Amino acid sequence: MRGSTRNRLTGAVAGVMAVALAVTACGGGDGSGGGGGGSFVRASWGDPQHPLEPANTNEVQGGKVLDMIFRGLKRYNPETGEAEDAMAESIETDDQRTFTVTIEDGWTFSDGTPVTAKSYVDAWNYGAHIDNAQIASYFFQFIEGYDEVHPVDEGAEATADTLSGLEVVDDHTFTVRLTEPFSLWPETLGYAAYAPLPQAFFDDHDAWLDKPIGNGPYKIDSYSRSQSMRLVRNDAYAGDDKAKNDGVELRVYTDNNTAYTDLQAGNLDLIDDVPASQLANIGNDLGDRYINQPAGIIQTVSFPLYDKDWKGEDGAKLRRGLSMAIDREEITSQIFHDTRTPAGDFTSPVLGEAGGYKEGLCGDACDYDPEGARELIEEAGGLPGGKVTLTSNVDTGSHRQWMDAVCNSINNALNDTGACTVNPVPTFADFRNRVTGHEMTGMFRTGWQMDYPLIQNFLQPLYYTDASSNDSGYSSEEFDRLIDEANAASEEDEAIEKFQQAEEVLAEDLPAIPLWYQNGTAGYSERLDGVKLNPFSVPVFTDITVD
Amino acid sequence: MGRYVVRRLLQMIPVFIGSTFIIFMMMYALPGDPVRALGGERAPDEAQMNALRADLGLDEPILQQYWNYLTGLFQGDFGTQIASRREVIDVISEALPATIRLTLLAFVITAVVGIAMGLIAGLRAGGKTDAGILFFTLLLISVPVFVIGYLYQTYFGVKWGWISPTVRDSEDLGELFLPALALASLSLAYVARLTRTSIVENRRADYMRTARAKGLTKRRAVGVHLLRNSLIPVVTFLGVDIGNLMAGAVVTEGIFNIHGLGRAVFEALKSREGATVVGIVSFIILVYLVVALLVDLLYAVLDPRIRYA
Repeated sequence: MRGSTRNRLTGAVAGVMAVALAVTACGGGDGSGGGGGGSFVRASWGDPQHPLEPANTNEVQGGKVLDMIFRGLKRYNPETGEAEDAMAESIETDDQRTFTVTIEDGWTFSDGTPVTAKSYVDAWNYGAHIDNAQIASYFFQFIEGYDEVHPVDEGAEATADTLSGLEVVDDHTFTVRLTEPFSLWPETLGYAAYAPLPQAFFDDHDAWLDKPIGNGPYKIDSYSRSQSMRLVRNDAYAGDDKAKNDGVELRVYTDNNTAYTDLQAGNLDLIDDVPASQLANIGNDLGDRYINQPAGIIQTVSFPLYDKDWKGEDGAKLRRGLSMAIDREEITSQIFHDTRTPAGDFTSPVLGEAGGYKEGLCGDACDYDPEGARELIEEAGGLPGGKVTLTSNVDTGSHRQWMDAVCNSINNALNDTGACTVNPVPTFADFRNRVTGHEMTGMFRTGWQMDYPLIQNFLQPLYYTDASSNDSGYSSEEFDRLIDEANAASEEDEAIEKFQQAEEVLAEDLPAIPLWYQNGTAGYSERLDGVKLNPFSVPVFTDITVD
Repeated sequence: MGRYVVRRLLQMIPVFIGSTFIIFMMMYALPGDPVRALGGERAPDEAQMNALRADLGLDEPILQQYWNYLTGLFQGDFGTQIASRREVIDVISEALPATIRLTLLAFVITAVVGIAMGLIAGLRAGGKTDAGILFFTLLLISVPVFVIGYLYQTYFGVKWGWISPTVRDSEDLGELFLPALALASLSLAYVARLTRTSIVENRRADYMRTARAKGLTKRRAVGVHLLRNSLIPVVTFLGVDIGNLMAGAVVTEGIFNIHGLGRAVFEALKSREGATVVGIVSFIILVYLVVALLVDLLYAVLDPRIRYA
């Protein structure tokens, strides 16, 4: 008995030693890259939150892949943000309401099947239908019949299977009828939710999700969830923006500091979100291999207009005063190292002047003026109860830091250390719950990442009466009327002018105060050339060349 | 012995049910609605949210939800994630291998290096080596794991380039060595100190004098008698520690980009994926329970005076 025990013990010890030796033996060597090979771009990635379906993706990581494996009717020019025809040969309308879409011949999905008008109509019907629970189905709300396939009331069920406004004419033509005129509608079609889907998607959905099939410049070679995805160039791609490299290897990083470390160690070629903690020394680390350019994201602070303290004349004065008390220049340079730009309107510089961006539209309200701020707030009878809170979730971004800075700035301007206090909410889910439940009593963070580079997208979903993301409960007849007129305008210039007029109403009422435009950042290795970010701050992978 | 094991296994059932119940309730009590958060800044419409809730069974009363979860669990159904619509069992089985490899490697390092250091220090108690080991372990205990992790990563991985700074392939034990070392550092220090104390105490025990007197070599006396008797507290610690290594690897997994359980549970907590959190935590509870049983059985092997009936 005792002898056998001893043997077992020594055996175990020997086994342990053997493992330890094997481990140390493996420890040496393998300093170089590996994995990549050929002219592959090794880029950082995050796990997509939702299944990779075109209409079920509303965040940037899933969108990154969809942009590579799909090409819809339009594509946004990576530099100008303008919607250019991709698969569309023409999109014609006489009344801004009924559109005839003709698609180019010769496009195929990577499984060899042709892309037809039916591929689009089926995909859009799928995306819109409530039973498919697609998170971005609201994109189809402009199409006639959306209410029947996707009723919004509680407990309601769909009364139709397909959108009545969609009709296939022939293999390369289909018509779309909208519920009301929307002149810029064709410009929205570059968004991933409008991508066509192959028959394989409907035949075997699970298999498709394991390895999505699209019609874009890349196709998926292998995909292991929450690890990596390997995409190779699609040689049968019919578009103009063919890939200039052999493929892309996306690697999931749960912490972008780790991705940055890997970039420095030469294990990674491209990261598209430089961690805030590295911004201070990125110049030394990467030199000119660092990109910092405007993205279609604006950060604002909104007010609960449903609360009596923030209503009426005095409420408007308070909002203006608070806006003037924030030193945007100082905060963007000190906290964000110039990866944010002080905002002067409600849109984004990526739209360009022609697209409706207007610097300084916000006027004095967005300029730092502590004296003026103090006077306005005094005129309005002081802050409600003598103080105000600023609420946001603090689990992502550097929200806590800038919130503290904004409150400091307000307190300094008002000479009152207790005027503004920060109210951090631990999780995004909880924060959004409180916001949509109209439980706010003071200022709260609102941010907007554009769906498509159109001025309409920065205004209508956020400030139109009862719009889906109108968190402040703002409602202005004049604003609504101008938006309606803009949507019905037949010329683009006219539409944009109307949108800007509507924006001026906002600048007067200030339901939200613009803080800053967010930039997209990226860093890349010496192996790469031609790296740039598109207006959605996603790298333009097709243009990257590898040495 | 057999009856003892059966009794212990039966005791696990109420512990397991009780703990899953508590975690389930805690997840439910957390503020925020995961379904609403799906839409980001733009709330999905009511009809769609209700359809989703009904689909996932989130619209039922909480006790009913727990009952559904539990009955599903016994049929091997761990539930479905809300955002990604993936089976929780898939998420777990994907993260598990990396975690098991990391845990075992860290465990081996902890046990081998810790016990060896403790033995050396204990046999030379009061000497320079002992003081050196005491100082070294003090250092490891007082420096937080993320500092150690980043230090290893920066020096071994980036500056000197000896080893890959992050883990790309968790099947490559060479890549896992660095994170395992970081993870093991703290436990290793505790094990070294525990072993040392135990050795110092037992070195002067009667049985040691007897062993030497009956003519055993020092080597045999120490290896067979002293070490075995001194290991009981260490084995207890190691048993508890295997659970800690498994669940407590969140920080290490983040630094070295290992897609393991710790990371999965952290992400799930942030987005309030109840089923995922309960699933992973239940699994870790099972590991704890089984290891605790194994530790108790090991006592009998180490010390024949201990008998289970």
